[in-house]
Amino acid sequence: MFKIKCDDFLTCDEATGTYSMSAEQQVRDQTEKNRWKNIGLTILKDWRLYLMLLPMVLVYVFWRYMPMTQLLGAFKDYNTPGANGNTENMKWFGLNNFMNIFVGSNANLFWPAFRNTFIIAFYNLLFGFPMPIILALFFNEVKSNVVRSTVQVLVYLPKFLSTVIVTSIALILLNGKSGGELGALSKIIAVFGPNNEALQNALNSGIFFEARYFRSLYVITELWEHAGYDSIVFFAAVIAVSPTSYEAAQIDGAGKIQQMRYVVLPSILSTVVIMLIMKIGGLLSVGYEKVYLLLSTGNMSASQIVATLANSWGDGKGIAAEMTNNLIGMILVIGANTVSRKAANVSLY
Amino acid sequence: MKRKMEISELIFKIVAYVFLIVFALMCLYPLVYVLAGTFSSSDAVLNNKIVLWPVIGGEGSYRFGFTVDAFKYAFGYNMFWVSYANTIFVAFIGTIWCLVYSILGAYALSKKRLLGRHGFNFFLVFTMWFAAGIIPTFLNYKATGDALATIVGGQDWGDIDLKWLIVLAMGMNATNIILLRNSFEGVPTEIEEAARIDGATEMQVLMNVYIPMSKATIATVALFFGISRWNGYFWAYKVSNAANQSYSWPVQVLVRDLIDNETDITGKFNGDNSHEFANQGIATSVLYSFIVLSIIPILIIYPFIQKYFAKGVNMGGVKE
Repeated sequence: MFKIKCDDFLTCDEATGTYSMSAEQQVRDQTEKNRWKNIGLTILKDWRLYLMLLPMVLVYVFWRYMPMTQLLGAFKDYNTPGANGNTENMKWFGLNNFMNIFVGSNANLFWPAFRNTFIIAFYNLLFGFPMPIILALFFNEVKSNVVRSTVQVLVYLPKFLSTVIVTSIALILLNGKSGGELGALSKIIAVFGPNNEALQNALNSGIFFEARYFRSLYVITELWEHAGYDSIVFFAAVIAVSPTSYEAAQIDGAGKIQQMRYVVLPSILSTVVIMLIMKIGGLLSVGYEKVYLLLSTGNMSASQIVATLANSWGDGKGIAAEMTNNLIGMILVIGANTVSRKAANVSLY
Repeated sequence: MKRKMEISELIFKIVAYVFLIVFALMCLYPLVYVLAGTFSSSDAVLNNKIVLWPVIGGEGSYRFGFTVDAFKYAFGYNMFWVSYANTIFVAFIGTIWCLVYSILGAYALSKKRLLGRHGFNFFLVFTMWFAAGIIPTFLNYKATGDALATIVGGQDWGDIDLKWLIVLAMGMNATNIILLRNSFEGVPTEIEEAARIDGATEMQVLMNVYIPMSKATIATVALFFGISRWNGYFWAYKVSNAANQSYSWPVQVLVRDLIDNETDITGKFNGDNSHEFANQGIATSVLYSFIVLSIIPILIIYPFIQKYFAKGVNMGGVKE
């Protein structure tokens, strides 16, 4: 027999040989019990707050978290006989869906789509990011309030138009030849654009259906939609720069460019860095609605992104494809957030 | 001290003005073009004769002029009114629904004493990081739509008015809730305490202290919800088409259907003439009028809320 050292939480009654809880342990036990009791009491006391939280939680559970259970479809065989589209009746498929899109028969569709997603997102970042900053710097230059607010009203406006309207108008303006004439914008490009045959042919048949011009057009429409609105944040940072800083720089003989370089840019740098990190985080979440609306057989080789490809498949490998895309996207977001917390001591979430 | 403007400053100023004015005109031009198109004859629209002003007449005799034929057809078309009413319904009820649960949730989340606050925040923010994707979301809409139908005594989601599913299940936005939460956190606690000493309940504190003090943010968030509801296309289209419920189409879906099936603008022209004016060859000009009519409500409210959203965005965007 060996004796367990248990004086800490047990006391031995020598006479009867029975053990009972030590006084210290009783206190500890009571606090432990009280902990849960206290938590219970707090929740009970604040039941109104939890009731207020309930509708939001339910909405998010039903329509944001429950879809995630459908991700199991990525590991199911959609060709199971008799499954009738019901995921529960399908056989488990292991990683076959993933193998199919990564190295199997659909790899030649998945990888180009993945590449397109990345390229479109990258171009969007490359051209879409500096533009709002430039706009904000220029807004700061306009001292007349009337002119500035008029311009601001106009450049914010496209943000509030629907994707359907934006794509419709873009398609209308860049219409191909109809009744012997080009769409209004196509005309302008035909006159002022480079005079090469490929471009003119594309214009005649509708430039949006031409794979080689798709990305440029997509990025331009994105700029048109978002640049003005995105400039709000930067403009707020620019006007926060104290006028005395400018004066000091001017007295030291700084020209406009030097003022930009040494006064404005350092002041708005933190905003710029945060917005950049945020954009990089959202890199892979290309707006699929817009791509979906602009997709056509002609431009598919440049425009098919993972989301639209998955949508057209509509089965297990589609779920697998989009899940891959979104998981990488999530890693990017979390990574970007961590970097921003470390670098600028600013966390977005 | 007044000093002379340096040459570099002058050049910069000129560049700024020119650039901004050109950009503003670029933002305006497409709308002007479409507006001109609605007042033009269908021949002129179809043959790309419009540049800036309305053009009427046909074949060889195009001239500046003005006609309201497109609007006549648009207003005489039942489906237009149905879809427009759907959009108003979804935008109005949907925005109210989103605002109600967002404000209630954001208020609870703004309370430091709420146990599990970090957990609930993560619950919300995680949806911004990871989305299930199109197919799972669709399957889930179908499942919840079927469940809703069972509750009201139907077979599947085709038996219920899917506008209700669109209202309840779509238009969620975690960013908006965080915007509201940040704004509520900025309300001084002294005011709340004063209200509590006067015997205000939780709901009274929210209604009489927090909401009046966060008007700008609430207006901004309401605007964001409203616009996204008004503009929603993809899911409304997917859901109403899967259930064969074209009477639930919002106006955006109608516009797109017109483009795909009655005109050759998207290169997907099917020529199915399912819209009653399409076989008269005027689908394109009627389309323009649909576009204009669907933008008008946004243009009307836009100037009023413009001052709010600039403020709201800057307040809630980044939290240190």
